[in-house]
Amino acid sequence: MKKIRVLLPLVLFMLIAGLLFRGLKLHPEKIPSPLIGKSVPQFSLSTLDNPNRTLTQSIFTGHVTLLNVWATWCEACSIEHPFLMHLVKDEHIIIDGLDYRDDDETAKKWLQQMGNPYQIILTDPTGNAAIDWGVYGTPETFIIDKNSHIRYRQIGAIDETTWTTVLKPLVEQLEHE
Amino acid sequence: MKKSFVVLCLFLFSQLLFAANDIYSFHSTQQQNQFETLTTELRCLVCQNQNLAESNAPLASDLRQQIYQKILQGQSTQDIINYLVARYGDFILYQPPLRVTTFLLWFGPLLFIVIAIIILFRAIGSDRNIA
Repeated sequence: MKKIRVLLPLVLFMLIAGLLFRGLKLHPEKIPSPLIGKSVPQFSLSTLDNPNRTLTQSIFTGHVTLLNVWATWCEACSIEHPFLMHLVKDEHIIIDGLDYRDDDETAKKWLQQMGNPYQIILTDPTGNAAIDWGVYGTPETFIIDKNSHIRYRQIGAIDETTWTTVLKPLVEQLEHE
Repeated sequence: MKKSFVVLCLFLFSQLLFAANDIYSFHSTQQQNQFETLTTELRCLVCQNQNLAESNAPLASDLRQQIYQKILQGQSTQDIINYLVARYGDFILYQPPLRVTTFLLWFGPLLFIVIAIIILFRAIGSDRNIA
């Protein structure tokens, strides 16, 4: 009995230290989205190439799409950009873009310099459409299935590791649904 | 000394003033109160330790603007909270809802008090036995 009492502080310390150690590896900045499994939000947005053309959520039906929320002022987006170019070129993935709180002319110049991986680019200069998607940072990428349901949200830049371990298997699974 | 204290205070509180820079005009003080309650009880998703009222993040400013518009439209506090939770999840709430997953969060402290009381009584009891 006495031995247990002596050891108790050590055991408690180990428990707390273990919990705190685990806490170091958590990612509280990655907030889960309540939109997973739901239909994409309704919208009516202009495109970057033609401000007079408005598109709605119907652009997502019939194929698996990655919707990448980006901006020219977002540094992580320019780091991610070459990888998106590679996905479109080598993996034949459909990527649409949502240009978030940005200026059209700056965005066009940026894409001319860096290349354009996007099939459709929706513009959201006010940031209001992005609120409906629960966007809180850029880049964010939504994986949308053939029936226009949001199936996954990637927070932060896509790189080789996240692509091969998480996103690619999901995209392949959705292609066969 | 006094002067430097005042300067220090000015520095410390300047951010709050900055965040409150957007000007919102309401039809009634009730709407104003509703706005203040909502923006202080909802969390900024970009800088997670600030509420929407304090945060300078562009998203916080967008969300304040949306809340403002909805209040002017006459939406209730609960309607606006539901609107934001549907998009950002429970995370946006500083006061977490009572669920199975948050059970320990809500009742954990009570559990600890009960355990402490049990230990206390046993300790008192064993002291008496010795005496």
